[in-house]
Amino acid sequence: RRARLTLSLCPQVSAAAAVGTFPKRVKVVEVGPRDGLQNEKNIVPTPVKINLINMLSETGLQVIEATSFVSPKWVPQMADHTEVMQGINKVPGISYPVLTPNLKGFQAAMAAGAKEVSIFGAASELFTRKNINCSIEESLERFNEVMAAARAATIPVRGYVSCVLGCPYEGKISPAKVAEVSKKMYSMGCYEISLGDTIGIGTPGSMKEMLTAVMKEVPVGALAVHCHDTYGQALANILVALQMGVSVVDASVAGLGGCPYAQGASGNVATEDLVYMLNGLGIHTGVDLQKLMDTGTYICNTLNRRTNSKVSQASCRL
Amino acid sequence: QESQASGLPEYIKIVEVGPRDGLQNEKVIVPTDIKIELINQLSKTGLPAIEVTSFVSAKWVPQMADHKEVMRGIERHPGVQYPVLTPNLQGFHSAIAAGATEVSVFGAASESFSKMNINCSIEESMIKFDEVAKSARNMNIPVRGYVSCALGCPYEGNIIPAKVAEVSKRLYSMGCYEISLGDTIGVGTPGSMKGMLEAVMKEIPLSALAVHCHDTYGQALANILTAIQMGVTVVDSSVAGLGGCPYAKGATGNVATEDVIYMLNGLGINTGVNLYRVMEAGNFICTALNKKTNSKVAQASFNTGATN
Repeated sequence: RRARLTLSLCPQVSAAAAVGTFPKRVKVVEVGPRDGLQNEKNIVPTPVKINLINMLSETGLQVIEATSFVSPKWVPQMADHTEVMQGINKVPGISYPVLTPNLKGFQAAMAAGAKEVSIFGAASELFTRKNINCSIEESLERFNEVMAAARAATIPVRGYVSCVLGCPYEGKISPAKVAEVSKKMYSMGCYEISLGDTIGIGTPGSMKEMLTAVMKEVPVGALAVHCHDTYGQALANILVALQMGVSVVDASVAGLGGCPYAQGASGNVATEDLVYMLNGLGIHTGVDLQKLMDTGTYICNTLNRRTNSKVSQASCRL
Repeated sequence: QESQASGLPEYIKIVEVGPRDGLQNEKVIVPTDIKIELINQLSKTGLPAIEVTSFVSAKWVPQMADHKEVMRGIERHPGVQYPVLTPNLQGFHSAIAAGATEVSVFGAASESFSKMNINCSIEESMIKFDEVAKSARNMNIPVRGYVSCALGCPYEGNIIPAKVAEVSKRLYSMGCYEISLGDTIGVGTPGSMKGMLEAVMKEIPLSALAVHCHDTYGQALANILTAIQMGVTVVDSSVAGLGGCPYAKGATGNVATEDVIYMLNGLGINTGVNLYRVMEAGNFICTALNKKTNSKVAQASFNTGATN
């Protein structure tokens, strides 16, 4: 309302105010080696995975999701989780979280030297059932074991919530449901909740609505957004999240990882494009964009595929 | 009410530039009948403005050599504007003779770009445009002004917002009803968009501003969102994201109309445009050009691509 009153006096002041303020620093969580590669068709050799993570460790990224301690029967791409975890350079100051869907995975992760783990929930019953064959409630109960073990070992746990802006099976997802699941995971002890637009269907409108509901239950400092660019909306959605105070953003180098629900469509937002935008906004990330692009070029050449990063495409002098 | 509650405009006018800006930057020369069919399909989508062609010398822009035939050949739907580019008085007269009822002139916020693109300084170009504007006024023909390089120049690099404001003001004062601010090489981000708009809004009423964002660095939708948050209500886009970037080989250019509409729909902002029909027009032109769409919405929506 105040903005409307001042509109007639000074349009550009209120217009600028409408854009709001942004966090001074954003933590970029790099999910390329796990979420990215997991959704790539070809099995990536272990040395390539290790190389990728080592190169990412040189870019200034503070968090690099390394692998997933899940059964190779379910996710063949991540079968080499122990070798990857043991093979990478663990640079001091950088966190290398790994996915642990259950206690067994957690224990394997600990044995392999992991110091941080992630668990995956969803805001959709149907998605949970199709994905891990149980209800949301049951999935969270399974995680209780992981949480207890993690607490005992003082291992931080990050919680993911999938389908926060829509579900490939259920369609619309209510913000209240997302808030409920987020709150549960936060109360269980997750230090951060990453809200995932799993099929990239969200827009700044639904992002704002969802975050408004979640922020009633979880402090904004503990929230992250994990946007997929399947409908080209990722950066706009991230922009809105930043305007609302979110300061942790997940992304995947070269935009690795297609969308398993829409053939030929893209998935994760590209880290390069995200960093480009944050740089332009004067937001500090600590990430060296050139080194990041070089890493993206490496993995794309090795995988014999084109990058999904527009910044990378534009910067190519080929 | 959704858009109002969030402080966003209720309605955004989409200016479709695919048939001109889009095709002009496509390598393959598109046959006249394909151009006409594309425009006719776009006319049925609810788009309020479709940039048809450019009355520029065929020597400079071979793709637009058939400007007269296209202008004369298209269906003119009531309520839809069909602007054409007219770089000078000669082009203007040719456009009017061919039945054009709205024209556009193209300025730039960069001296180097102006010299390299149209072989004259900004000042010299303004004199030419002034001639067009005067003739247009006499004939009651509306003129739209474009300002290129509003967020950066391929030759000069950084462009200061004050320069963009100065050129915009010049075009507005000579009678352009709308100024479309173009991020020609797509280098802009929400940060530079905000800075530039703040400067321009000091000189031009918000309602006369449009943004023309290129998606070369993937920033277009975020930049458009920023502009909309600041009150801009006119957005240029290109069906299927037609039109690469002449300054970065292999890179993309125009933002895809489908992706813009998807975002605006999600924000509860009215555009009057039927997204599905735009996707169909996009599919048509991509099939005709034998190329993949640059629209992510189209990619996600068409499970089996006509052209893999």
